Order: sequence, then structure tokens, then C-alpha cells
Amino acid sequence: MLAFVIRRLIQSVVVMFFVALLAFAMFRFVGDPVHQMVGIETSLEEREALRVKLGLRDPMIIQFARFVGNAATGDFGISYQHQRPVSQMIAERMPATLELSIISALFSLLVGVPMGVYTGLHRHGVLSKIFMTASLIGISLPTFLIGILLIYVFAVILGWLPSFGRGVVTDLGGWRTGLLTTEGLKALIMPAITLGLFQLTLIMRLVRAEMLEVLRTDYIKFARARGLTNRAVNFGHALKNTLVPVITITGLQLGSIIAFAIITETVFQWPGMGLMFLQAIQNVDIPIMAAYLIMIAFFFVAINLIVDLLYYVVDPRLRVDATKAHGHG
Amino acid sequence: MAETPVMPSAETPATETSAWSRFLDSDVLYSFSRSPVTVAAAIVTAVFILAAVFAPLVAPHNPFDLASIDLLDSNLPPMWLDGGDPRYILGTDDQGRGILSTIIYGSRISLLIGFASVILATVLGVGLGLLSGFVGGVTDAFIMRVAEIQLSFPVILTALLIDGVIRGVLNVEKSGELAYWILILSIGISNWVQFARTVRGSTLVERNKEYVQAAQVIGIHPALIVLRHILPNVMGPVLVIATIQLAVAILSEATLSFLGVGMPPTEPSLGTLIQIGNDYLFSGEWWMVIFPGIALAILVLAVNLLGDWLRDALNPKLR
Repeated sequence: MLAFVIRRLIQSVVVMFFVALLAFAMFRFVGDPVHQMVGIETSLEEREALRVKLGLRDPMIIQFARFVGNAATGDFGISYQHQRPVSQMIAERMPATLELSIISALFSLLVGVPMGVYTGLHRHGVLSKIFMTASLIGISLPTFLIGILLIYVFAVILGWLPSFGRGVVTDLGGWRTGLLTTEGLKALIMPAITLGLFQLTLIMRLVRAEMLEVLRTDYIKFARARGLTNRAVNFGHALKNTLVPVITITGLQLGSIIAFAIITETVFQWPGMGLMFLQAIQNVDIPIMAAYLIMIAFFFVAINLIVDLLYYVVDPRLRVDATKAHGHG
Repeated sequence: MAETPVMPSAETPATETSAWSRFLDSDVLYSFSRSPVTVAAAIVTAVFILAAVFAPLVAPHNPFDLASIDLLDSNLPPMWLDGGDPRYILGTDDQGRGILSTIIYGSRISLLIGFASVILATVLGVGLGLLSGFVGGVTDAFIMRVAEIQLSFPVILTALLIDGVIRGVLNVEKSGELAYWILILSIGISNWVQFARTVRGSTLVERNKEYVQAAQVIGIHPALIVLRHILPNVMGPVLVIATIQLAVAILSEATLSFLGVGMPPTEPSLGTLIQIGNDYLFSGEWWMVIFPGIALAILVLAVNLLGDWLRDALNPKLR
């Protein structure tokens, strides 16, 4: 167990090292940091002095070490465009993205699992066929198009929901939340659906496939033979056994929800990290891009690690396989 | 099930006619003709490709010809609505360009970037996969580690980052003219992993077969062995991945263009058209965004369906 944890930890550290190297290379070699910071009238000597002061004349290894050290303490430098610390900007915008991501993950779970169970139990039902066809179309429609269609129907034609922004937000000691006001909640509905729809179809198809698989097993047949009610068999026995992969996939998808928030936030002008990252790309604001890259990578690595460790705890078969793989080299 | 070869077109046959007759007899064609959805998807894809290739002949107007567009014609609704003009079937955009024409020219750009970036991804992925599988050792470990890291990020995020970095290196002002290349590079580089992993897997299997050992014994250069003997035997799954990746690439291009880091409004792809139309949605001019949107969705759906069918048809396990 300990060996497995240590090996996984080392792997994660290696991944983070490469991502940091990439972010550093971007930061250091794409555009000139000094050029971005000074005005046009700054003399060459002053520029050189600034270069030395910023440590850009130090050996690369030392610069990289300093970059990693700063990043580890949450210091990502100063945005070229906004002339403010990047960490401060991220801290302001993180609540918006996290609220959106978590609500849409909940939405996709709470709607996707029942739909998956239904289509799994009633394979040939009319409603199941409608769900399956709709999910195929849902996968082919790009996220931004779904957002635009929702805006057109519910904001432009019907006028029920706001088309952009977060509505009214309340400040809870630095965490600005939109969950406590009706305007804030109304503003959240369409972005959350847009962002969660792809995950919803994924979860629905996964639960359906798992249900079909489990319903064929002997212990389900035995449970039926014992005369248990359909309800007890379907939910007590079958659904319970489909949930492990569903939870894993949802966990892993949480990372891509945060990444896909870039698109949703752009469509709905949602003031989160994704919108900030996109504006940084448009303006080649490297410190923000580098910081976002490192943060997202950290999210992914952390989620992957947690899921792997959970799997290891939950599934005893993995322990055997892990030792075998280890024995081979 | 007959024991006919799974890949009818993979080997070069003695004569042209025998290959054709073999193709007509094959399981692949049979399963194709038995699936109406696939036939429909193939027809739709073919129509899109033909319309894109022959855009100047097919499109009612040339949206890039400034002499033929008139600002007085701007923001016209589709012809069946009040105020519509029969010259513009699907209406016009803010610059007086016919929507139908811009969609046809836009699909041309979308498909061009889609195909080019898939070719780039295939070359990169197959090359690295062959190298990884045949050479092994440290090279293999390194390539596969990089692949794993890249695979843990969504494609669109990688493409956005590469796009941003290339724009940074080239500086933003110049990047307008180079939009094609930036998109092809960023989408191509972000999609190589799938190819590399599959090809590496099959190369590992092929490497230990007798024909490779025989080639080594008679002293053929390793590079030649890989290109002439192993490559043809690992190409089957590559075709399937390439088709599925085409849909991914078209979607990625549309997304990047929609986000404003892709094709500029002067040379709009389907994604750019949707972005332009999005600004007019609130004034009720829905046709500027809905029609390009439908075109994009149909194209991606058709390519996806083709890819799904191809995967099942070429996979002997599923028969």
C-alpha cells in the first residue's frame, strides 16, 4: 500500500515538474517580460538594470527554481495587461468558476443517473429511445452552440433568464457567491446546464451500460429468484454496483468541467477564471496563461491521484495487479 | 462469416480490377449498405466536401468579392420571411454577405483546417508511435510519459494553450494572416496522442513477428523495416481514429474561432460565422447564428456517425 502511494505521488510530482517547466518556458521565452513592463521611453541601461533586478540575467536553473518556489507560494507574477498580481486576480475569480463547475457537476449527476437507470431498465421503451437519440445529438452539438440556443430561447424570446453575468452576488468574507440571491441563482441556471450537458450524456450512457451489464449477472437473477421486489433488486442491488465507475468518471470529469468552463464563461460573460484565461490568450498575457496552466494541471493531478487512491481502497483486485506489475519491473 | 480480409484496400493488389471486385465483395461494403444511417451520413459528408471543393461554382455569391456585396443588402432575413430577398435564400449578415454563400465558403475553411490538422496529427502520432514501439527503452518511456500528461488535459485546452503561445511568439498583429497555420498547428499537435498510443501498441506486436526478424537477418536498414514492413500493418486502426479525430478537429476549430482566437471575420469559418451572428442574436436576427450552427452540427454528426460505423466495421471482434 505505502509503496503504491509513494509511486503515485512521485508520478504526480514528475507531471507537475514538466508542467512547471513548460509554464516557465512560456513565461521566459514567449515575448520579453521587460519589454512588457516598461514604457517606450525607458533607456537601454534602465532596461538592463531592471533585467538584473528581476533576476533575468541569472543562470536558467536558478531562474527556474525561483519560478517554482514563487508558484508554490502562490506568487505568479504581475499581469502584463492589468498590472496587478495574478494571484489576486485568480483569487477574485475562482469562486465564480468553482460555483459554476460544482453546480453543473451536481446537475449532470442528479439528472444523468436517473436517466441512465431508466434507459437501462426499459431498454426498448419509447422514452429510452428519445433519451438515447437526444444524447447523440447533444454530443455532436458544440458547447457554445448549446449556450447560444439557450440564450436565444430563454433570454431573447421568452425573457425569463438573464443572458450574461452572475446577477447579484453577496460577499462572504472574500468569497463572492451568487447562490444566496434569486437573481444570482437565475443567472446560474443556463450556464450550469450548458456546462453540464455533455457530462450528463456521458453519465447517462455510462450508467445505462453498467446497468445492462449488472442486470445480467447471477446475483441479480438470484435476488429475483428469492422473490425480492423489483425496486429492491433494481436499486438496492443493481444501481449500487454501478456507482463505483460513475463516481470515478464524475471525479475525473470535474477537471474537464473546469477546463470547459472557458467556453461557457465566454458565451455567458461569466466573470470566472476561464474568461480571464481566454482574455489572457487574446492579449498574450503570459503570466496569467502560465498561472492558469499550473493551476489546472494541479487540479487534474490532484483529482487523478485521489481517484486512484480511492480505487485502490475500494477495489481489492487492483492490489494484486499492482504487485504483479511491480514484479515485472 | 466469411474469411475475407478485413482491410480490402490495405494491400496493393496485382491489378486494379481485382481490387475493385474484392472491395465490392467485402464485408465492409456489405455492412455499409445495410446501415441506412451510415449511408445518409456518408452522403451528407460527401455533399459537404463537394460543396466545399467546388464552392466558387456552388455558392450563389462570392462573399469575398467586395464588388458583389452591397451594404444595402445587410441583415436581410431568410427569403420566406417578411422583408426577405429571393436572391439570398438564408438571408444576409451584417456586411450584406449571403448566409448560404458564407456557410459554403465557411465549411470549406472548416474542412480544410480539419483535414490538414488531422493529417498533421496522423503524421506526428504514427511517426512517434512507430519510433516508440520499435526503438523502445528510454525513447519509448519519454514519448509515452509526454503522451500521458497531454492525454490528461482536454484537447481544447491544449489547443488553446498552443494557439496562445504561437500567437505570443509571432506577436498578435501578424497572426491574422497566419490564422490557418496557427489553427492547423495547434489542433494537430493537440491530437497526436491517440494515434501514437495505438500505433505503438500494434508496433510492439509486429516487431516480434517472423517477417520483421527475417528482414533484420537479411540486413535491411531498421528505418526501411519500419516504413516498408511495419507501417502498412499498423495502419488499419489509424484510419478509424483519423475519421473520429476529423470530427474532433472540426469542432475544435469552430470552438477556437468562436472564442476569437481562430479565423478572423474577413475569412470566416463556421465557428467565426457563429461568433459574428452571436452579436446580432439580441436584436432578433437569429438566422446569422442558427444556420451556420445547424450546418456545423450536421457536419460533425455525419462525420461522427461515419467514424462509429468504420470502427465497428473494421473491428472483427464485434461481428
